Amino acid sequence: MHELSITKSMLDLVLDQAQKNGAEKVQGINLVIGEMSGVVDDCVRFYFDFLSKGTIAEGAHISVKIVPAQARCRKCGKQFKLNGLDWLCPSCGTTQINIVEGKELYLESIEVP
Amino acid sequence: MKIKILKDILSANDQRAKENRELLDRNDILAINFTASPGAGKTSLILETINRLKADIKIGVVEGDVSSTLDAEIVAKEGVPVVQINTGGTCHLDATMVASAFDNLPLEEIELLLIENVGNLICPAAFALGEDLNVLISSVPEGDDKPHKYPVMFSKAHLVVLNKIDLLPYVLFDLPAFTEAVKGLNSRVEIFEVSCKTGQGIERWISWLSSRLNKRPSTS
Repeated sequence: MHELSITKSMLDLVLDQAQKNGAEKVQGINLVIGEMSGVVDDCVRFYFDFLSKGTIAEGAHISVKIVPAQARCRKCGKQFKLNGLDWLCPSCGTTQINIVEGKELYLESIEVP
Repeated sequence: MKIKILKDILSANDQRAKENRELLDRNDILAINFTASPGAGKTSLILETINRLKADIKIGVVEGDVSSTLDAEIVAKEGVPVVQINTGGTCHLDATMVASAFDNLPLEEIELLLIENVGNLICPAAFALGEDLNVLISSVPEGDDKPHKYPVMFSKAHLVVLNKIDLLPYVLFDLPAFTEAVKGLNSRVEIFEVSCKTGQGIERWISWLSSRLNKRPSTS
């Protein structure tokens, strides 16, 4: 459900940036979403379709780059991909990890004519 | 033509949260954001806190719920100022909602602001409110796997309160596994085992909170 608020924030940011760049139409929106941000890209597209109606971003194509969740072991420094409930460091077997990638949620770029 | 932006989608909320924080700082208020699953004991811990501290500290409360004023009514009986935010379907509080609650609270009279977020362990993690501290309440009947299922929330908590500890003998809950998972994700966080029903462990929570209150600029 928080995709609605997030999509609204994203649209506001897109429209603001388009205006600052003097664009009259937004054709494409490129997002970066981390696997652990809890944001479902299909929901964003669904909400975007109706939130963007009547704006210069209506009909824009949304492409999403998903960043996989990565952790770094605090003991041995090994960086590894988090996999479901299996969070043990593959190198030394500890649970002492920091999440280093996968929480991203940002607007990478917009495409204008 | 591609225009690089590289801006956080929630930057507008983050900016409003920063403004909330500045307003709280100007009024010398310590603000706590309580997050938890529904039914973990957010309102119970807030009521315990009010009961133990209201004689010494001026407390204000913001209650966030999708609907109803039940929590605000219970808190209001304690004689502290409270504002209920109904999010109308939204699964979290955001900085703008909290800012609107400030308009209805006597901020100049408040020293400790307790903000009860909507019961949800996913969405509130993304929305800063301007709080000083995030307190995550987990509870024994929910099971010990919650840190694995909601890692972002656990990794940003300043304190984890494990409520309903009195139910430990009756429920499958591996306390060492829970502790290891939480500490694995968040090495600095402390875990307080409490029961809002029996009062067990509440004293430790109150002294932790009191020490944070004493660190505010006006008192240090």
